[in-house]
Parts: sequence; structure tokens; C-alpha cells
Amino acid sequence: METQALIFMVSAEVIITALTLYFFIRVLFTKPKGGSDSYTDE
Amino acid sequence: MATNNEAWGSRVGLILAMAGNAVGLGNFLRFPMQAVQNGGGAFIIPYLICFLLMGIPLLFVEWTTGRYGGQFGHHTTPFAFHKMNQKWLWKYIGVFGIFSNLSIAAYYCYIESWTLSYTMHSAMGTFHGLSQHGVSNFFTNYLDISTTTTGIPYEAVVFYVLCLAMNVWILSKGLSGGVEKAAKIMMPLLIIFGIFLAIRGITLRAGHEGALFDGVVGLNFLWTPQYDSLMNPKVWLAAAGQIFFTLSLGQGSVQCYASYVKKKDDIVLNSMSAGWMNEFVEVVLGSAIIIPIAIGYFGLDKVLELTQLGGLGLGFRVMPFLFDQWGPILSVMAGVSFFGLLFFAGITSSLAMGTPCMSFLMDEFKWRRGRSAIAFGVAVLVLGLPTVFFFQEGVFDEYDYWAGTVSLVVFAMLEIILFSWVFGVKKGWAELTAGADIKIPNVYKFILKYVTPLMLIAVFFGSAIRPVNDDWSKLSFRGWELHKESILGQMLHNNIGPNHKYFTDAFYSEKSGTVDSVYVERNRNYVRVTETADAVKTTASFEYKAKNQLVVKPGDKVTTGDVLYTGGVINKVFFIDISRFLLTLIFVLIGFTVYIAYRKRVREHTI
Repeated sequence: METQALIFMVSAEVIITALTLYFFIRVLFTKPKGGSDSYTDE
Repeated sequence: MATNNEAWGSRVGLILAMAGNAVGLGNFLRFPMQAVQNGGGAFIIPYLICFLLMGIPLLFVEWTTGRYGGQFGHHTTPFAFHKMNQKWLWKYIGVFGIFSNLSIAAYYCYIESWTLSYTMHSAMGTFHGLSQHGVSNFFTNYLDISTTTTGIPYEAVVFYVLCLAMNVWILSKGLSGGVEKAAKIMMPLLIIFGIFLAIRGITLRAGHEGALFDGVVGLNFLWTPQYDSLMNPKVWLAAAGQIFFTLSLGQGSVQCYASYVKKKDDIVLNSMSAGWMNEFVEVVLGSAIIIPIAIGYFGLDKVLELTQLGGLGLGFRVMPFLFDQWGPILSVMAGVSFFGLLFFAGITSSLAMGTPCMSFLMDEFKWRRGRSAIAFGVAVLVLGLPTVFFFQEGVFDEYDYWAGTVSLVVFAMLEIILFSWVFGVKKGWAELTAGADIKIPNVYKFILKYVTPLMLIAVFFGSAIRPVNDDWSKLSFRGWELHKESILGQMLHNNIGPNHKYFTDAFYSEKSGTVDSVYVERNRNYVRVTETADAVKTTASFEYKAKNQLVVKPGDKVTTGDVLYTGGVINKVFFIDISRFLLTLIFVLIGFTVYIAYRKRVREHTI
């Protein structure tokens, strides 16, 4: 694979994957707010 | 009578449902085509810029609008918009948030049913041993509702009804019991199937399993940047369009899902999580499946030719043949994974289309959940059957263009003007950031007020006046030739050609060249005209009925506008205009229903 293509691909995919995981993990580990909320199971 | 007491079960369920709303067939079939046709690796630059400046702001606007309306018991855009500004016009602009979902669902569920059928056929080994031509013919036969591939009469219609029934059943279970549960099962499976196929795609080796090239050859082509394409407005328009459609913006479904979130709960982190999840599926998984596998087997030139078929054509006419090269077990696994993930992507999106339609009935007329779901199913069936029966006559394409393309752009442009300029960005920002679990950079206030609206206005006008061949240097005050896919070009029937009357006694050739054959296929008669220009052969086949009389024979030279056959003819333009009339009628009917609901609310003092 050509270097430029590899750089573009890896950079884009690493950034996107990292941000996806970052925001999803933050959702998982953010404590629910006190009081009744929007989610019936929580 | 019932009140609308729907609610999400969990935060993760909401995010997966929102991601499911966004993730659709386009993530796997449209994005790779757009990247290939618009600069390869360089496409990711305008794509990500448009995501940051248009995609994310619009997500913020739609989540906020939804949650704001939900505080007042308005789970759909007509009355959510009315709450934001009492001027009479806004609730009717909000009609787009129901119209687009209903009209898109009508034809989208048909495509979804193809993926369901193909999943079954992959599991049954139907494609085993077929040539690529055979696989392509299989798809053509499948769309011809008078033929059957399994012995089931009207198979395409049967699968369509089955698919709709599945949607109605899940919707009838409600938000947490149906939509959310489906998302929690299907989204993880979709990602797992996608990872499996992406690994298979990029590890393809030349000389193994019939592959001519390594999988990385396709990746290399897709990601090699062509920097000069960045100066072409067409590429920026394509990038903006792709961001738009991939996030399901301008539809009304995001607002509806968000309307079930309370004000004290976050929408900023939620919207970012769902948005980036869509990007992961599209850029990381979507780009690693179709293009590497197709180029691995066919090589670059052939695949560039095949991209003219579009993503749907490549997906349904080519991929089953390629999977079959992997042996009996892997080909079944690959086919089931590919069409299975397309089915999951499709149904999670169509559930998002059904929810606003149901919510409107439940909010305004106090219908129960089950009855609302059935009403949605029946409406989609009635509106969708013309796209099934008259597919070849262009009805499907009309729905996709006006409801699935133009409406979305128009609605998004108007909703950001409402949010940023009418409701006011100050109030909007306060609503957006209420309960937020993360901080938004303040620059987004500026972006929401000035940048995103300008981008959307540019996308709208660019789409409206797009020049032929995307040659923007041709724009001048003396006028220019419109692209046949421009909004104005479509309205003026620029692509119709010589057969512009609804009913005539003669059919005129739409191509210049030589009549090279007259043939029968699947009990239908065709005359084929071939043109050879610059060593590139292009053909067009024109169907004629038994009652028609051919006036040409093989070997005759014809030019565009020459008579090919006589006898009673109903031209495609008739079906195109009927489709447009039907869509306009649906919009007006929904608008009238909003009016009835408004008068009811005024009488009951609930508005």
C-alpha cells in the first residue's frame, strides 16, 4: 500500500475509532443524575 | 384513548437506537462509492470538515428541538416547532418531520426486504455456482414481481409485506420494549459482522480463492488522496450530502427519539456518542468491505465500470458472486453477514421512521401504540406498493429524490434558521447545554448561528442549480445547462428526452446508434440500441409491448428522436408526474391533519 494512502487511512480510522470509544466510554461511566430521569431501567 | 407514556429504558439503549437510526445501507453502499468518485483519500478531508461544521451542529439542533418539544408533550416536529415560534408557518414546516419519514419508509422498507430475502438466499446457498452475470440476472428477476426465485408467487411483494410486518410488530412493543431492544441486539451484531467482513476484505490475497489482487489494492485506491479534487465544488457538495444522509438529518426522527429525554438529562454527550458511532461504522467498516473485495476480484477498471451501477447494484448484483469464491462455508457466512448487517442497518433506520408517525397519532389523537403501529404499516404499504409494481417506471427513484433527498435538505435548512435565528441561538444554546455531561467549545455558538446555516443554504442552492457535468465554470448570468439531477433540472424534466408526453402513439429512441438486437427476456420484448463513441460502447434497451409495432430492425441506424415503435404508449414521464402528485398529496394531507390537531388543541386549551 502506498505511504500516503496508508497515512490517510490509519490517521482517519484511529481518530474516528478513538473518538467513538471515548464518547461511548464516557456515557458508560457517567453517573446518572439524582432524581427521576428519562430511563425507566435506571 | 391513551396518553403517550413512552420512555427509553436506558441511556445506552437510546444511543444504540440513535446510532441505528443513522447507520443504514448508505454506510456500506453509498459512502465507498462517494469516496471513489470524489477524490479517494482526499474525500475524507471535506467529509470530516462537513461533519464538524454541519453534521455535529445539526445533531445538536435536532436533539435540542426534540427534547424541548418533549417537555410540552410534543414528540414530533410540527408542534415542537410551534412551541419554538408561534407563527402559523412553523408547524406546517414541521410537517416535513412526518412526511419525510413516511415517504422514505415506503421505499426504504422495500430495499430492506431485499436484504432480508438475500440473507435467506445466502443461507440457502442459492448463489452457489452462479456466474456474475447469473447473480445479476437473479437480482433483475427478483425485482420483476411476476417471477419468483423460491417458488413463492410474487416473492418480492411477500418479502416486502413480511418486512413491514416485522417493523409493525417491533414498533407495537413501544420504545423501550421494541425499538430499544431491537437496537441493543442488532447494533452489536452489525458491528461484529462488519468487523468479520472488513478483516476478510483487507486480508484478501492475490492468487487465493480466485482473487486477482490483494485486498489492500482496493484500500490503496480508496484512500490515495487526489488533492486537486479539493478545488472542485462537486466534491464538497458530495461530502456535505454524504454527511447529511449518513446522520439521517433533516428527517424528523432524531427529534422524535430525543423528545423522550427529560431536560435534566444530557443530550450533548449522547449526540456525540451516537454521531461518532455512525462515523466508525461508515469510515472504518464501510470502506473496508465492498471496494477491497470487489477490486480484489475484478481489478480497478472493472470496478470503476461497476460503480456506475451504484451501491445497490454493486451490493446485490456483484457481492454474492464474490462471496461464493470463498468456498461453501465461508461464502454462506459472508453472505449472511453482509446481507444480515444490511438488514439490521435498514430495520433500525425504518423503526426510526415509524416512531414519529406513531408518536404524532398518539400525541394528537390519543391512539394506542398498537393501533398507531398498524396505521403506520398500512400507510407505508399503500404508499410503497407503487414503488414495487412500477419500479422500472421510475417511481422508486422519484420517491428517493424528492422525499429522500430534496425534503431533507430543505427541512434541515429551515430548522437551523428556526433554531439559530428565530428561536435564537442564545436560548437554543441554553436548552442544548442544560444537563450536559460534557462542555461544548464556545466556537460552536458561532458555527450554529453563521457557519452551518450558510453551508446548508449553499448545499440547497448548489443542488438546485447544479450545472451539467458539474462544470461550475459554466455559471453565468446568461444561463447554463442544468445537470439532470439538479432540483431545477428535475422539476423541468431535463432528463426526460424525446418521450415527454404521457400518452402517445409512438415511442422515440432516447439514444443515437445502431439497433443491434430485438430480443425477448422474461416474457418481455426489448429493442436494443448501441452507440460506440471513442471506443466506449454504451447500450440502452427499450421495452415494447406485444400490441406495439416495431418500425426498426437490427442493423438500422437511429438518432435520438427517431421512432422505434408505434401503438399505444404510456411514457415514463406519466409515472414520474403521478409519483410527484402523490407525494405532494401526502404532504398536504399530513398538513391538513396537523391543522385538525391544532384546532383540537386550541379547543382543549392545550396549546
